[in-house]
Amino acid sequence: MDVKGAQVRHESLGLDEDDLLRIYRHMLLARMVDERSWILNRQGKAAFVISCQGHEGAQVGTAYNLRPGHDYVYPYYRDAGITMLLGQSARDQFLSLLGKKEDPNSAGRQMPGHFSSRELNIVSASAPVGVQYPQAVGTALAFKMRGEDGMVLACGGEASTSSGDWHEAMNFAGIHDLPVVFLVENNVYAISVPEKMQVAGSIAKRAEGYGFPGVEVDGNDVLAVYEAAKEAFDRVRRGDGPSLIEAKTYRLTAHSSDDDDRRYREREEVEEWRLKDPIVRFEKYLEEAGVLDAEKKEEMAAGIKVEIDEAVEYAEGAPYADPEEALERVYAEG
Amino acid sequence: MATPVTMPQLGESVTEGTIARWLKAEGDEIEKDEPLAEVDTDKVNAELPSPVTGKIEKLLISEGATVDVGTEIALVTIAGESQTTEAPPREDEATETPTEEFPAADTEAQPVAAGDGTNQRAVVEARSEEARSDGDGRGEFESAETLKLKRSSPVVRRLAGEHGISIEEVPGTGAGGRVTKKDIEAYVEERETERETPAMAATIAAPGREPERERVPVYEGDRVVKLTSVRRAIANRMSSSKREAPHAWTMVEADVSGLVSLRERDKDEFAEREGIRLTYLPFIVKAVVEGLKMHPVLNSVWDGDRIVLRKRINIGVAVDLEDALIVPVILDADELTILGLARKIDDVVKRARNGQLSPDDVAGGTFTVNNPGALGSVVSVPIINHSQTAIVSAEAVVKRPVAVDDAIAVRSMINLEVSFDHRVMDGGAALRFLNTVKERLEDYGPESVIG
Amino acid sequence: MATKNLLQAIHEGLAEEMRSDDSVMVLGEDVGKAGGVFRVTQGLQDEFGPLRVMDTPLAESLIVGSAIGLSVNGMRPVAEIQFADFIPPAFDQLVSEAARFYYRSNGAWKVPLTIRAPYGAVHGGALYHSQSVEAWFCNTPGLKVVAPTFPADAKGMLKSAIRDPNPVLFFEHKRTYRLIKEEVLEDDYEVPLGEARVHRQGTDLTVVSYGLMLYQALQVAQKLSEEHGIEAEVVEPRTLYPLDKETILDSVKKTGKFLAVSEANLTGSVSAEIAAIVAQEAFEWLDGPVMRLGAPDVPAAAFAKPMLDFFVPSAEKIEAAILELARY
Repeated sequence: MDVKGAQVRHESLGLDEDDLLRIYRHMLLARMVDERSWILNRQGKAAFVISCQGHEGAQVGTAYNLRPGHDYVYPYYRDAGITMLLGQSARDQFLSLLGKKEDPNSAGRQMPGHFSSRELNIVSASAPVGVQYPQAVGTALAFKMRGEDGMVLACGGEASTSSGDWHEAMNFAGIHDLPVVFLVENNVYAISVPEKMQVAGSIAKRAEGYGFPGVEVDGNDVLAVYEAAKEAFDRVRRGDGPSLIEAKTYRLTAHSSDDDDRRYREREEVEEWRLKDPIVRFEKYLEEAGVLDAEKKEEMAAGIKVEIDEAVEYAEGAPYADPEEALERVYAEG
Repeated sequence: MATPVTMPQLGESVTEGTIARWLKAEGDEIEKDEPLAEVDTDKVNAELPSPVTGKIEKLLISEGATVDVGTEIALVTIAGESQTTEAPPREDEATETPTEEFPAADTEAQPVAAGDGTNQRAVVEARSEEARSDGDGRGEFESAETLKLKRSSPVVRRLAGEHGISIEEVPGTGAGGRVTKKDIEAYVEERETERETPAMAATIAAPGREPERERVPVYEGDRVVKLTSVRRAIANRMSSSKREAPHAWTMVEADVSGLVSLRERDKDEFAEREGIRLTYLPFIVKAVVEGLKMHPVLNSVWDGDRIVLRKRINIGVAVDLEDALIVPVILDADELTILGLARKIDDVVKRARNGQLSPDDVAGGTFTVNNPGALGSVVSVPIINHSQTAIVSAEAVVKRPVAVDDAIAVRSMINLEVSFDHRVMDGGAALRFLNTVKERLEDYGPESVIG
Repeated sequence: MATKNLLQAIHEGLAEEMRSDDSVMVLGEDVGKAGGVFRVTQGLQDEFGPLRVMDTPLAESLIVGSAIGLSVNGMRPVAEIQFADFIPPAFDQLVSEAARFYYRSNGAWKVPLTIRAPYGAVHGGALYHSQSVEAWFCNTPGLKVVAPTFPADAKGMLKSAIRDPNPVLFFEHKRTYRLIKEEVLEDDYEVPLGEARVHRQGTDLTVVSYGLMLYQALQVAQKLSEEHGIEAEVVEPRTLYPLDKETILDSVKKTGKFLAVSEANLTGSVSAEIAAIVAQEAFEWLDGPVMRLGAPDVPAAAFAKPMLDFFVPSAEKIEAAILELARY
């Protein structure tokens, strides 16, 4: 891709250099936070890590289209890239990782990756896969009923499209033209179960059966994702109904810190996909577009490292909630 | 290894016994079946025959102590066994031999639910069932029915504790005769309205659970008499009977001139032939039996929410002993002739006077005949034998002037009274019964044949 | 005041709430155009339109799940599951999701959701239109489970449920929809959740019941009072979870005896939990064993009437149980 072509590409999407650097930074932040989380886990400090590595393009590319605090998001457990873009910090990630009281998601009640924020309209995530979809379309319906222009982004992996809940939600979204975008981050594996054992036919094409458009996009090309998402979000905001985006990506790590992926996939396959790492690819684009050089890159990385160091230190020193607090907030008052 | 001798069950419903007197000492030899001790129970006094031959190693209970059936009372080394030096010191903290006080309680060490929330009649049956099953009654699950009567519900126990009541003394109207919450509440209320008579409430209490009783002051020269277990049992039964059953009473008089003549005519020949005296009592009992056959409601038992009419007619005959009353029972009295009754009565009275009654002799009564007339009484108000429904008193036969067809004649008259449980029946039934008895007795004439 | 049956009272409560609060809405199968298979929502779609009274696809998980989503975005949905027997597909959304949102987000997300479902055995209903399923939900912290029997209570409690910021499962005994009638206030009023009600005072024993069984127990209690002088105190939990223990315990402490009557399978029933509470916390006041009368442990009432009648505790069985316990 030559420079001229690259420039045209992001400009045609309405993105300027600041946007690009912001997008890049979010991707890098997500990656570096994740890498540090694994280290903390292997050091015995963090009980559980569930990664976003490999998904940064799909997540940031989509979420960059959101209006934080206005639209609603139903992320799944890998979507740290999305939640940090919306407004959660590196510090928040580590507080959540270590289950501390200041964890914004749940004050340590939930596992890491179960994002929640009332202010950012990130609806509390659950563990059973797929339950978020009916909830997401309900939220979208509320916007429609009130005639507001808010919309909902509902995310999940390819396995989440196997559940009844996903189909019930897709169907409902189609019946009522709901303002919802379904983002499926197809990362090829659901723990150990590969795509060919998980998905019949094509996920993207299912949308047509439910009466609305579905697109397949290279999930590791952040700008391609951005473009597809922009189109979907614009459609929704125009009141033309829902969309499905199937972002084809790859899970670079094991499912979680409790999984050993050597049991079910070859190293060669992983290495092949590393060559298509979304961050590496975007760096190449940015360099070619003259937006990023080696120095800038290092500067950014160093800056993020400082941020992360500080965040980890803070989180490690932060207190846990009192044990008796486990008895509180079972029922809402009033 | 010494063989323990345990307190046996002396009678169907007996639960404990008192060692009145040891007949042997430690170190003595004893033969099987040889009397080892004199034992008092609330039914009978008896000698306890040794179950084994051997040498008495240790007497575990002191004289005067009362223990539960099944308690070890002595250790005997059987001939051929070696002696053991460690006899379990099972000295109960019983009332030893103090004669200065009324025995406060059955303070055995045995932590069985002795009087711990029990309904007397029922617990005694339950206990005997327990003792029958395996000697010391431990280590087995008791049936729900047994437990229901021996224990009590939590609220009843609590109320009893709060008010210092022994559950056993409360009449029970619940299923199977158990004491219910309402029973104890009613009892408490009743007791509160008769606050002037403290202390002499029924004294069978659980070990260590006796409420503080005010003692009557004892002055110089007073004599304190220790209660025998028989006296105590009578006291309890009489109290319970009076308290549970609302007693009513009525009387008729019968002209037994014919019976008197009959007896005069036959008594000598009878005595010679049978070797026993012919008294009025067999005639009275027979008349009562006829009365019960015609009016079965008097031969019954109050059972809380129902009345059980007994089929068998087992007549208890009250026998006056010097310091006690005992009521041997003539089973199936309806099957006996006057002669049969006379023999039976003579036999039981003799044995009663000689202290030879067995516990089974006093069990199973369904109706009681009292005969204070033998001691000259002309009117008496008997107390119903606890758990029966009525009791008859037959008074002395006296010659009195009475009106007969508007003329005055001197006739032999006898007063017949019945005390009855007004829960079960009313005065009309009682009088109809009495009238039957009266008619039977009045039917006898000098020409009657004594069957 | 007007005489209403249970169905009418519920309808009225729902309609009044929808009129006074735009965020209140109804969704479920056949609730809109048809007005609900039991006609509870009849006329509402005409009044409030097809979005506020929505006919959903046949998908219970979606019904409850989307209701959750609606409730976190400013709405107060009253979802209807057509028969309590059909709740299982929505179990995950109800128990694992709705009940936990508030707790798992440390109080960030409230789910002011009401789910109505008819329950209870009815002639012709058989295994899938007759179940009493409340026990499945009565150990779900974060969820409230209510089952008011009488119309005035039902209207007031429905309003409370709708206004409650927590998910509330609202059971209606289908056999009593038209059977029970009473005077119901035509105004706005609330009956608080979490409060039991003593329907009949007594001294001999405490009977705890709900639904059709409560209705029958009250009749039996009256009969036994007249014929035997036995005075049963009859208490309705109204809210099954969390339970108003105090009212029930106060009653048992007064009478000394406890009998729970319900048409749910006996084992593991709500009756069993109440019995355990009584046995533990009223032990010193007990004058008799803690008893329960329920349906046999077989999968729900059968279709054929003789088997149905055998399954549901009859008035005779209730009477016998009360007599036996009173006489203990």
